Amino acid sequence: MQRKRSTFLFSVMCFGMAFLYIPILLLIVYSFNYSKLVPVWGGFSVRWYGVLFESEAVWAALMLSLKIAVMNATFATMFGTLAGLALVRFGRFRGRLLFSGMISAPLVMPEVITGLSLLLLFITLNQLIGWPSERGITTITIAHITFSMAYVAVIIQARLAGTDQSLEDAASDLGAKPFRVMTDITLPILAPGMVAGWLLAFTLSLDDLVIASFVSGPGANTLPMLIYSRVRLGLRPDINALATIMILTIGICVVIAGWLMLRKQRQRDQDMQLAAIETLDREF
Amino acid sequence: MSQDIKNDENLWEVPNAVPLIKVQGVTKRFGSFTAVDNVDLNIYKGELFSLLGGSGCGKTTLLRMLAGFETPTSGTITIDGVDMTDVPPYERPINMMFQSYALFPHMTVESNVAYGLKRDGVEKSEIARRVDEMLAMVELSSFMKRKPHQLSGGQRQRVALARALIKRPKVLLLDEPLGALDKRLRTQTQFELMNIQDKLGVTFVVVTHDQEEAMTLSTRIAVMDEGSFVQIGTPTEIYEFPETRYVAKFIGSANMFNGRVTQDGADHIEISVNDLDTKFYIDHGASVRLNAEIWIAVRPEKIIISKTPPEKPGPNQLKGTIHDIGYLGNMSTYRVEMSNGMIVDVTAPNQTRYRSAKHDLDWDDQVYLSWAPSSAVVLQK
Ligand SMILES: Nc1ncnc2c1ncn2[C@@H]1O[C@H](COP(=O)(O)OP(=O)(O)OP(=O)(O)O)[C@@H](O)[C@H]1O
Ligand SMILES: [Mg+2]
Repeated sequence: MQRKRSTFLFSVMCFGMAFLYIPILLLIVYSFNYSKLVPVWGGFSVRWYGVLFESEAVWAALMLSLKIAVMNATFATMFGTLAGLALVRFGRFRGRLLFSGMISAPLVMPEVITGLSLLLLFITLNQLIGWPSERGITTITIAHITFSMAYVAVIIQARLAGTDQSLEDAASDLGAKPFRVMTDITLPILAPGMVAGWLLAFTLSLDDLVIASFVSGPGANTLPMLIYSRVRLGLRPDINALATIMILTIGICVVIAGWLMLRKQRQRDQDMQLAAIETLDREF
Repeated sequence: MSQDIKNDENLWEVPNAVPLIKVQGVTKRFGSFTAVDNVDLNIYKGELFSLLGGSGCGKTTLLRMLAGFETPTSGTITIDGVDMTDVPPYERPINMMFQSYALFPHMTVESNVAYGLKRDGVEKSEIARRVDEMLAMVELSSFMKRKPHQLSGGQRQRVALARALIKRPKVLLLDEPLGALDKRLRTQTQFELMNIQDKLGVTFVVVTHDQEEAMTLSTRIAVMDEGSFVQIGTPTEIYEFPETRYVAKFIGSANMFNGRVTQDGADHIEISVNDLDTKFYIDHGASVRLNAEIWIAVRPEKIIISKTPPEKPGPNQLKGTIHDIGYLGNMSTYRVEMSNGMIVDVTAPNQTRYRSAKHDLDWDDQVYLSWAPSSAVVLQK
C-alpha cells in the first residue's frame, strides 16, 4: 500500500519535473545547434554565441537590462526595507492596515494593469511638469522599483517578525540612541533578508517583459523585449544562445545565494551541537 | 557610621531612609486595559527585590516602565532622587537582563559585553580591561570569541548578566532571569546571583513566576495581582503572615477556613468554623470584630498529624480520615478528609524509612490533627 502510493507520487513528481525542465533543456541543447533551422539538428557548435556577441543591439539590450536590474534592486531594497520596518516595528499607527494593503497590492495586481497605469502616470506627469521628457531607462527603473519593493517588504517583514524585539530594547538599554540601535542591531540582523531581497528584485527586473514594454520608449529595449520582438518573427538559434546565457546567470545567482544560506544554517547547527556536547562534558 | 552599615541590611525599616527607586501612583493603560494600577513602591539601595505574581498581572510592564521602554499613563518614577518618568532608556542609570537574554546574535561574546561601554565612549583599553574582568567574574573568559549561538543556555545567561552589569548600573532589572534553566542549574545560578549582588552592591529588581526562587533570593517580595500589589514584605513576613487569601495560596500552600469570631480579646481570638466541631484559638490579637465572618489559614507543615487522640479535647484539634498520601521523599503530604467533606493538607517529614508496606499512617486511617495557638493566621479577605 505504502509502496504503491510512493511509486505514484514519484511518477507524478517525475512528470512535473519533466514538464518544467525539458523545455529549458531543449532550449540549451538547441543553442549549440549548428543548423540555422532551430528544430533540425545540424551538429554541435558554438557559432550562435559568436553571432550573438557581434550584434550591437544585443549588447545594448544586455547592458540596459543589467543597469536597470542593479538600480532597481538597490532602490527596491532600500525602500522595501523601510516599508517592512514601518509595518513591523512602529506598532499601530493611523492607517497601518491601508498601508500594509497598499504595499502588498502590487504582488497580486495584473502586470498589464500596473504597466498601463504607470504609463498613464508618466504621460500625465510629462504634460504637467515636463518630466519625464522621454520614456526609457528612468521610467522602466521607476516602474520596476514600484513592484519589486513590495517583494522586498514582504521578505523583510517576515524576517523582522521572526526576530526578538528585545534585541533592540537591549541595545537601547545599554545606551544606544535610536539611530545607533538601527545601525548596530536592526540592519545587521536584516542583512541576509536584504541580500535575498536584492537578488529577488534583480531577477524580477531582469525577466520582466510586460511592464517594461508599457513604460519604455523608442530605442530603449531591454533583453526580454529584444528576445520577444525577434522571436515573433520565428525561432532563431542566436536567441536560444542568449536565453541560455540568461538562464545560467540567474541559475548561478540562485545557487550561490542558496549555498551561502545553507552553509550558514549548517554551521549554526554544528556549533549548537558542539556547545551542547561541551556542557555535557563539563557536567559529567 | 557603624550604625549605618548595620542598618544597611534593612533600610526599608529605617524611618526617613531615602529610597533608590521611588514609584508613585504609577498607572499604565493599554487602550482601555489597565495593566498596572496606581502602584506605589519604594526600593532601597542594596536590596534584592522580587516582583511575584501570576501570569499577566503586570510584572513585566512595571519593569519595562522602570527601564524606560514604556511610559506610565500617570504617576512618577524617581531613581536616586532624579525624576525619570520621561527619560529615555538610553539615559537611565539602570540596566536590564532580558528573559530571552536578547544577546546580539551577530556579535561575539566579547562585543556583546563591551557594547554598553562602547556606546558610552569609554576608552578602548579601559573597555578591554573591564570586559576581561567581567567575563572572569562569570567564568567565561575562554569563550570571548564565540558567538551566542555557540554557547549553552547557562553560558548565554551569564553573558547576558555580564553585559547588563558592565556599566555598573545603580539598579539591575531581571525579568525571569532563570526561567530557561533546568532545576539544578537554577539553584546554582540563584546562589551565583546572590554572590554577585553582594560583591557589587547593585540593587536588583527581579521578576519571577517561581515563589521558591523569590523566597531564596529576596530581601523583600511584592506580590502582585491584577496590576496592583497585594502585599509587600520580607520572605518570612509573606510566608508566615500572609494578609490575604491570594497571598496565602500563592506563596506555598495553605488550608483555608471560613469562620465567625466568637471571642475577641487583646491577646487572643477564638473562631468557630462553619460546620466543623472545633474552635480555632489564636494567641495573638487581630483587628477583627466580634461575630465577624473571617478567613484563617494554617500551613500544612504547622499541623501535627497522629493516630493517637489528643490527651484532652480542646481548640485547634480536628479529626478525619486519610484520603490520599503523596510521597515526596523527604516528606509526605497527607490529604485528610474532615467529617464535613473538607480536605485539610498536612505535611510531615519522613523521619523513619519505610521498612515494609506497614508503616505508621496509611490510607483510610483515622487521624487526629492539631496545631499550636500561634500557627493560624487571620486573613483580611
Ligand atoms: N503592548 C501591550 N499592548 C497591550 N496589552 C499589553 C501590552 N503589554 C502587556 N499587555 C497586557 O498587560 C498585561 C500585563 O502584562 P505583563 O507582560 O506585564 O504580564 P506579566 O505579569 O509579566 O506576565 P507573565 O508572568 O506571563 O510574564 C497582560 O494582560 C498583557 O496582555
Ligand atoms: Mg512577564
